[in-house]
This record gives sequence, C-alpha cells and structure tokens, in this order.
Amino acid sequence: MSDYTAKIKEISARLLKEEKVEMVIGFRKGTIPMMNEPCFVKTPEDVKKLVWDSNCGINLANYLTDRKEKIGIIAKGCDSRNIVTHIIENKIKREQLFIIGVPCKGMIDKNKITSMFENEINEVLEDEENIIVKGEGFEKTLNKSDVLQENCKICIHKNPVIYDELAADLLDEQKDIDRYEDIRKIGAMATEDKWKYFEDLLSPCIRCYACRNACPLCYCPTCFVDESRPQWVGKSTDPVDTRTFHFLRAYHCAGRCTDCGACERACPMGIKVRLFTKKLEKDCLELYGWEAGLSLDERPPLDTYMPDDPDDFIK
Amino acid sequence: MKYINIDKKNWANGLEKLYGNYRLFGPVKNNKHHVFKELGKGELPDLHYLNTLLSPKSIIFPQSETMFEYSLDESKKDHHILKEIYKDYSPRALIGIRPCDAASFLLVKRNFDTPEYKDTYWLRAYEATIFIGLVCSSPCSTCFCTSTGCGPFHEDGLDLLLVDEGENFIAKILTPRGETFIKSAGWETEADPIASEKTIKNMKIKAEEKIASFVSTDQLKNKSTLKLYDAPFWDDIAFACINCGTCTYGCPTCWCFDIQDEVSKISGIRMRNWDSCMYPLFTLHGTGYNPRNTKVQRVRQRFMHKLKYYVDKYNDGIQCVGCGRCIRLCPVNIDIRRVCDIMNNYED
Repeated sequence: MSDYTAKIKEISARLLKEEKVEMVIGFRKGTIPMMNEPCFVKTPEDVKKLVWDSNCGINLANYLTDRKEKIGIIAKGCDSRNIVTHIIENKIKREQLFIIGVPCKGMIDKNKITSMFENEINEVLEDEENIIVKGEGFEKTLNKSDVLQENCKICIHKNPVIYDELAADLLDEQKDIDRYEDIRKIGAMATEDKWKYFEDLLSPCIRCYACRNACPLCYCPTCFVDESRPQWVGKSTDPVDTRTFHFLRAYHCAGRCTDCGACERACPMGIKVRLFTKKLEKDCLELYGWEAGLSLDERPPLDTYMPDDPDDFIK
Repeated sequence: MKYINIDKKNWANGLEKLYGNYRLFGPVKNNKHHVFKELGKGELPDLHYLNTLLSPKSIIFPQSETMFEYSLDESKKDHHILKEIYKDYSPRALIGIRPCDAASFLLVKRNFDTPEYKDTYWLRAYEATIFIGLVCSSPCSTCFCTSTGCGPFHEDGLDLLLVDEGENFIAKILTPRGETFIKSAGWETEADPIASEKTIKNMKIKAEEKIASFVSTDQLKNKSTLKLYDAPFWDDIAFACINCGTCTYGCPTCWCFDIQDEVSKISGIRMRNWDSCMYPLFTLHGTGYNPRNTKVQRVRQRFMHKLKYYVDKYNDGIQCVGCGRCIRLCPVNIDIRRVCDIMNNYED
C-alpha cells in the first residue's frame, strides 16, 4: 500500500502547488490500530500526513456535501459512486472536484479482527495479502481476504467509476459474485422469524445515529428523526422508534446506496445495518436493472417518471 | 484497613446469598462485547474483561427513564396531573466495575447533586448502589487514567475493591457499606493486612507501568478561555467528525439529557433520554435559531466543556476519567488525547 500512499501524496502536492485545488480530502494515520482519520490538507508540505491502507473504509464523499471550494478528493470505488450520486443530487459540482481515483483492494473488518482475539490488539500491519496482528504475547498472520469487510468481499466496483487521475493501475473486477445470499436467506424466513431476526438485529442499537451520519446519502438538513414540529419518531430506546428509524432510513437510501459499508463500519455496537439497505439495493437491481452511482448521465429510478411505466397506479 | 480473602470456590455461593439482599449488576459477555446488566439468579459476572463496551453509567442514569405518567381522560378526576411512577430503589450492587468507571460516578455527582439542585432520580439510584470495584491489571493501550487523577487501582467512589490473585480475590473494604456487603455474602476469612497491602502495592506499580498513554493537562487552567475558543485548530480537529453521539453515549462522564412527553391516545408519560452536544437539536431554540449550528461549534463545545469549562468551574482536573471509550468507539478516530495535548500546548 506504500506505493498507493506515495502516489497519493505526489498527486496531492502537485494539485496544491499548482493551485488546482484549495484542499485535498484524504486520510491520515489513525491513533489506534485499524483506524485512520479523514482529514484535509491545504499545503503541499502538509501532504506528508496522507496515508492509504486497508483502514480507509469511511466514505469520503460524505465530506463533500455542499462545500464551495475546489477540492481534490481521494476516492476508492464506492466513494466515487457516491461522488456521482452527490453530483446528480446537486450536493457538489463536478467542476469543483479533482478526483484522485484509488483502485481499491478492500478494507479490513475491524470488529471481526478484534473479536478473533481475547487480548487487546496493539498493532496491525499489512502487506499485499496478509494482515499481521500483534498484541501482548501474541502475533498472528491473517489472510487479508478472510478479514475484509463484508461489503468489500462482494464488491464488484473496486475501481473508481469517475476520476481525473489514478493513484494506481486499475484492478480486475470480481465476476460471478453472489451479492445477495444473506438477503435471500432472510427473505425466505417465515414472517415471525423475520420479525424476530430484525428485533434481535436492532436490539443493541443506542440511537447514536453513527450509521446515518457516516452515510454520504444522509445529508438532509434535518433528518426525520430530528424533526420536532411535528415529531415523527420518539426519542427513547423504545424498539418501535428504533425500528422506525432504521427501516425509514433504509428506504430513504433506496436506489442511492452503493453498499460502501460506512454505516456498518461506523456502528459502535457492531449492528449489521447494511442488511436493510442491501435488500433495497437488490430490489433496485432486479426491478430496474439499476446500480447507483455508475453514471452521471442517468437519473436514479426513484426520481424519474416514464409515461410507459408498467405500473398502473401512477397513471 | 480490613482485608478479606475470598476463595473463588466460595464466590458463586456468596453471590447467591447476596441475591436476596441486593439487585446485582455486573459485566457479562453479550455476543461480542462485555456489557453491564442486571444478573439473574445464579448468573455470575464475567470478570475476565478489559472494559465494557459502554460505561456502566446507565445503571444509575438509564438512557431512557420515565419520570411521570398522566391521563388525558377528562372524565377522570386526576386528568392532566403528573404522577410520579414507582421505581425500584432497593439496594443494588454494581460488581466488578473498573476504578475509572467508579471515579466517573463521583465526577457526575457534581452535576446531579448541587446545593441548588438535587436530581432525585440520579441521586436515589446512586444512593441505593454499592460499588464493588475490580482492579485493572491489564489496562488497554487507550487507557490514560493516570493522567486524569485516577488509576488502575484507584479507590475513590468504591465501597470495596477486589484484587484478583488467581485462586482467590483479596477484597479491600473501603466503607462500612462495603463491610455490610461482604458480611451478607458470608465471606469472612480475614487476610493479613500487611501482606495484602504489600501485594496490592506491588500489583499497582506493575499495572501503572503498563499504562502507555498520557495526556498533559497542567496548562489548561491557565489558558485564556476565549483564546482557546477562537483557536485555529478546531477546523482540523472537527473535520472528520460525523456528529454522531457515540463519544457522548459511551462516555461515563457525559451527563446531558433531554425531557420528552410521549402521549398515546389518552395517557402519556414524561421521560428523560440521554442527549448529546454533538446533535444540532441539542441547542435548537424554539424560535428556530441555533447558536451551535455548525459541526465545528459542536465539536469545540464537547472538548471545551470537558477540558476547559469544567476545569475552570470545579478546579479539580478535567471532566474525564481516562477510560478511553470515546477513542475506541469513534467511527472516525477523533482522539481526545490528541485534542487535549493540542489544547494544553496551545500558544496563541
């Protein structure tokens, strides 16, 4: 990954020096293992803090919303798709951006790796294929492919779909991936079992809204759960309100979600919140042949109307 | 000081005896994480843990707590009258909390128990609770308790301190309540005070040596509040923040709450829920004006409160016990240790 980092620094320094952008948005090295911190750099000297490795799972498109500057942004496949969605939804202009595309080799799942060890992990190193985990009295090498985030394992858009310059050569995309095995399994459950499954899934939720706030799609000036006149949703830990939040949020992401996994990564309680958005992503693919964020020239299915819409209700 | 030796063979048996006299709370492993919960009959706390995912503050200060109920049925004489609801304030014991978490209860007491205001819900729950600490022999890399006036063997806020010696616990009795507790459990074998004190001292030194994280707080009090407030570093600190409430909800010393009425048909409840200075709604005025309308303002508020306003108001260090939860839980790796050092070392 050091070659990625070097190239990112080189491009960023050049952009800032030539004043093509006012800032570059990227990651700096985290203060704890398996974490990096989104950051901006504004001077060529400052680019030295930029890094790229398998801990850059936060979606940087989230940091573009309504910004006015000329921005250089480091974008892996999913970030680039959310940048497309942001442009389509008028949250940023294409002309404002210089997109430094990063063909992405996948991000590692911090929760999964942490849960594999009884003791605290003090250091995590990586090479192309391995993740080396160190702690007091232990060291273990893991196959990176075994500990990728769930969404990265089934990713079919590793390469950025839109970019001005690449930080590395494009990668071969995964083919013949079954993206929806888990969703089909839940879909096949009896109604009561499904309900029980969702109840258990959401029971640890503390309503901190990290999932929503890490999501580049969730940019509403006031989220429906924060509306107070009228107040649509209760504020307590009542499961009804918690479910309402998660279900409605998922629907608001229908046809827009790129399965970047930022929501799941951000959840402090380790809830698999992607299961909701993924179901709708699957529906959009099956009903409309639609994958979000692949093209600037096509409107998303849920914000277009066609006179030959096969459904009668709309006529 | 009195020390009791608890043979681990008698541990379950003692807890069984306590069960009738106290509601017992302790850490248990729930799927992937350790959490504090009320223990059922025969259920044992799992004391092999680093620290719980969230702090035990919810045992005294639940995330959602109903205070009153009322009826809107006008055919009833007492309609629209708030009535306090029954709550169980019978004695409870919080078993196996870490010294940092124990210290946090004393810290938040400053807010809930003042000469002017007494928060009856928090206070009654607090007074009903006895705190059984568990020393921290393997602090996490994110622990910086020794920089906050606390430490892995700190005793403040505890009634009893347990030291794990493998086959047995040494229990150091710190208060008369702790003594009553240990008597009700039937643990009576007194340990030699001099030997016990020596063992604990040695273990304490070893544990403190393992603390690898430090923050400097010595200059915070001398800094000008306005200069810190207007300092140029806040944009950089706040940039990554997504304004979720994870840091505040995980924090043992964050005490803010919001009061809500919830009405269903002809009855209603008045409740309080944890709130967070990270949320725009936290400061939204009835007029629609929001004095903390931007993310940078909100992030600054969190750190200024913990590391400056509190320091100035109480003159007793920072509003933090160094448990490191906000560092471990933050989705975007905003690290209070880094922020504290930046603030402490800031020269305008």
